[in-house]
Amino acid sequence: MNYLENRKYVIQAIFLVVGVVYALRLFYIQVVDSSYKQAAETNAIKTVIQYPFRGLIYDRNGELLVQNTPVYDLMIVPKEARNIDTLRLAGMLDITLEDARERFKKARAYSWVKPSIFQQMLSTQDFAHIQDNLIDFPGFYINARTARGYPHQSLGHALGYIAEISPKQLEDSTYAGYRPGDYIGKAGIEMAYEKYLMGKRGVKYKMVNVRGIDKGSFKDGAYDTLSIAGQNMVSTIDLDLQAYGEHLMNGAKGSIVAIEPKTGEILAYISAPFYDPNLFTGKDYGKNYMQLLQDPDKTMFNRPIMADRNPPGSIFKLTQALIALEDGVIDPNTRYACNKSLVNCHPHPSPLDLRGAVQHSCNPWFFQAYKALINQGKSKNTFTDTSIGLRDWREHVLTFGFGKKLGIDIPGEKSGIIASTDLYDRVYGKDRWKYSTIYSLSIGQGELGVTPLQMANFMAIVANKGYYVTPHLIRSIGEDGKPLAENYERHYTSVKPHHFDPIIEGMAEVVRAGTGRKASLGKVGITVCGKTGTAQNPQGPDHAVFVAFAPMEDPKIAIAVYVEHGKWGGQSAAPIAGLMIEQYLTDTVTIKEQEKWVLSREYLNIRSK
Amino acid sequence: MSTTQHRVLGGKIVQPSSRRQSTSVFGNLDWFTVLIYSVLVALGWMNIYAVVYSPDNVVNIFSFDINSGRQLTFIAAGVILIIILLVVDYKVYEHLAYPIYGGIILLLLFTLAVANPVAGSRSWLDLGAGFRLQPAELSKFATALAISKYLSQVSLRQQKMKDQMILAAITFLPAVIIILQNETGSALVFGAFILAFFREGMSPLILIIGGSAAAIFILTLLVPKLYLLIGIAALMGLAMFLDYRLMRRFKTMIALFVLVVGMVFSVDYFVNDILQPHQQNRIKALINPEADPLGYGWNVTQSKIAIGSGGFWGKGFLEGTQTKFDFVPEQSTDFIFCTIGEEHGWVGSTILIALFLLLMMRIVYIAERQKSVFGRTYGYCVVSVIFFHFVINVGMTIGLAPVVGIPLPFFSYGGSSLWSFTILLFILLAIDANRNRELVR
Repeated sequence: MNYLENRKYVIQAIFLVVGVVYALRLFYIQVVDSSYKQAAETNAIKTVIQYPFRGLIYDRNGELLVQNTPVYDLMIVPKEARNIDTLRLAGMLDITLEDARERFKKARAYSWVKPSIFQQMLSTQDFAHIQDNLIDFPGFYINARTARGYPHQSLGHALGYIAEISPKQLEDSTYAGYRPGDYIGKAGIEMAYEKYLMGKRGVKYKMVNVRGIDKGSFKDGAYDTLSIAGQNMVSTIDLDLQAYGEHLMNGAKGSIVAIEPKTGEILAYISAPFYDPNLFTGKDYGKNYMQLLQDPDKTMFNRPIMADRNPPGSIFKLTQALIALEDGVIDPNTRYACNKSLVNCHPHPSPLDLRGAVQHSCNPWFFQAYKALINQGKSKNTFTDTSIGLRDWREHVLTFGFGKKLGIDIPGEKSGIIASTDLYDRVYGKDRWKYSTIYSLSIGQGELGVTPLQMANFMAIVANKGYYVTPHLIRSIGEDGKPLAENYERHYTSVKPHHFDPIIEGMAEVVRAGTGRKASLGKVGITVCGKTGTAQNPQGPDHAVFVAFAPMEDPKIAIAVYVEHGKWGGQSAAPIAGLMIEQYLTDTVTIKEQEKWVLSREYLNIRSK
Repeated sequence: MSTTQHRVLGGKIVQPSSRRQSTSVFGNLDWFTVLIYSVLVALGWMNIYAVVYSPDNVVNIFSFDINSGRQLTFIAAGVILIIILLVVDYKVYEHLAYPIYGGIILLLLFTLAVANPVAGSRSWLDLGAGFRLQPAELSKFATALAISKYLSQVSLRQQKMKDQMILAAITFLPAVIIILQNETGSALVFGAFILAFFREGMSPLILIIGGSAAAIFILTLLVPKLYLLIGIAALMGLAMFLDYRLMRRFKTMIALFVLVVGMVFSVDYFVNDILQPHQQNRIKALINPEADPLGYGWNVTQSKIAIGSGGFWGKGFLEGTQTKFDFVPEQSTDFIFCTIGEEHGWVGSTILIALFLLLMMRIVYIAERQKSVFGRTYGYCVVSVIFFHFVINVGMTIGLAPVVGIPLPFFSYGGSSLWSFTILLFILLAIDANRNRELVR
């Protein structure tokens, strides 16, 4: 009996061993191994990013350019999605059956019980259509959020767009704080002013159950932070002018840039062909983007700041004259004969003074004036003399904002090209080139590349008689509406103000009685000063250029119009500039015959000489 | 109730003990055990509330809409049950052991015949008015009574084959019916009586062989077969080297090793080809729950996360997130231990384990002080059942035992389970309160 009673110790020992083993095991998983705590947090505490309302953008008159519109994501919880009529669903969402199956697979792979996105960014119309049918699709839910909306379908190239942050950006420390799936400005104003527009994200810690259902805030919201809405901005754009410009350029290729000369504020920014920025907000964003990217007309090419390979043509004669005046190699009364043996010209009275040369755009006149400017005899050697002359000339040119980035407040700007001694030394060899090599520069051809923005800025310089304010698209940020000081700094050219007068008078003649007559607003008493240009294009019809500012007495608008394959500035670009100026200054258009002419696109059919 | 009546009723000569201090069954009751019992039941009730508690929709702990409110009615009914168990003449349990056992067997069969399957299980008897009973729970105390009664009449030490067969039949008949009801987990409990048999003289070899077989089974799943066999051969060689008697039984040892080899290779076949898929998954989940954390590993993974996130001191009462938000399945019944682990940390978990150890030690103590074999055997049967439930239930939540759907005694939500353990325990306490009226046989 006794030895059996001792077995109670064996039994008690078994109990004890189990108890101790369990307590040790618990000590290990509860105290030693911390991975379970993290797992529990990712399990039950969801960090919900409170996306701030992205800042709105208004035009200079308070018209809303960019807003936030509701979009709807169709969410799926695979576990609840039973007996789904996939064919009908695919039809409803306008996707293929294979695509729908693929999305089911993706959702299941992500989680059986947690919701994931089946179709993102449905528009309000799509949503209304789907909502009625949703009852037949258990396990599908709608999640509302906001996306960018552009009520005027305008200004796409300047505004840019927002899209999901790329994996590459996520690795970049500049974008610390962004998470996968976040939206970020990818171009234009949206990108340049991202830090103001995005606002400050808030974080909410929520407790969720196993199905991801919200079960209240964690620790009564002690760790939560509120989101702060992004700052609203006022753009310099005049929406009416912008829309009118887009109307005029519809179907053409080219650019219009209009600037308020005294402030550098960009009034209109048109890159044609243009696109509806709303294309980048909906569910077909990816498809639309690829389509635009591959489009042969290069819609996504931001022409006003990127088209820097085109020579400016005759409008550059103004720059040459201004520099020649400043250097004292000519004066307003200097006359040169229209010697067609130097360079070809068209019939006009001869010889001409400076004003007349501007009005008639006399090629030989500028050939000779530029020769006087370049070859000032500073060296006995013609080659060296030309080199010195070109170097000095180039310094003047750069002060006009050519050949460098102006610093517009959107990304992607190109600097353009201004011929330099280095360039010719490289091509021809040092001291192997002289004026006869580079004379085309005198009439704005040759080794010159100027963006439409630089052309418009040049007009602002002429209008201001010697200075420019960096062209910009945003006037003020935030509630106080105070203009951003850094956008209003004046940059002076090397040419003294009084030298501009004869140029301006010549330009007025261009519009009154010269090649720019189609830009004339004499009927409504506005004196427009302008200059036509034709940029030679070896690939096809020449490009047409027209630059202008008005009114002559107190310039309010400076404009550059660039029409690809427009042949002559006077035929295509000039009437567009005139219409734009009238629209801006008077809010109406009276030169209807010009509008009709422009919209007819007949200028594209004029046969070259 | 007087001693005279007992003498007549019991039909035996009862000599009042001089050490007896009270004539009342309540006076002689082992209040220490009652205290542990009460603490466990109360803690269980609070944790059942913690499981359903939701900060955004606070419901009163007493509300009948939630489990804690219903559990309170089960507890109240349990108290009535206790009083009945204690005031009934303690002799009834021994005298009516077989009829009770027989009745329960009939009830099990009846349930098997008429029950509507609930989640594949045909073990629930619908009583109407929303009440359901699981007779399998009641079969534990009935079988314990029958085993004790039989052992008080025969001795295992005599090693009569016939007696052993009958005892095995008493033990495993209800288990077989319960397996047929598709409640394999509850059926496994009957294997726990091996502890009681061991105390009553069963050869320790059976315990050792059983333990070794279980160890080899699990090791086969964990360790590559070749290493395992080399290890076992080395162990056996060492044992023979240390004990010369084993050396002389060389052939037996070889036979034993061949047996082990056979077992190792049949485990694979057994797990992959004999077990049902859900049973296979439970074993796979025990071995490596991370292999499929969202599938068969879900329960174990989530329960370990819940417990592991509790840390040393726990998150505090009603502050747990894992058990509350349904990450752990069956949280108020089989996985109630997770709530303790999460909200009360290592300290709370260890206190609960200590409470169970204390209870089990106390029951062993009570069993040993019985003068009758019946009383003692019954005591060991009680502790065997509680121990088995404790080992499996807590073990499965911390990944040390396979997931077997059995409740934590006194703690888990549910009337059948609470009452079954209450009956089991308080029959022992009733017998114990009257132990001094028994003659030493």
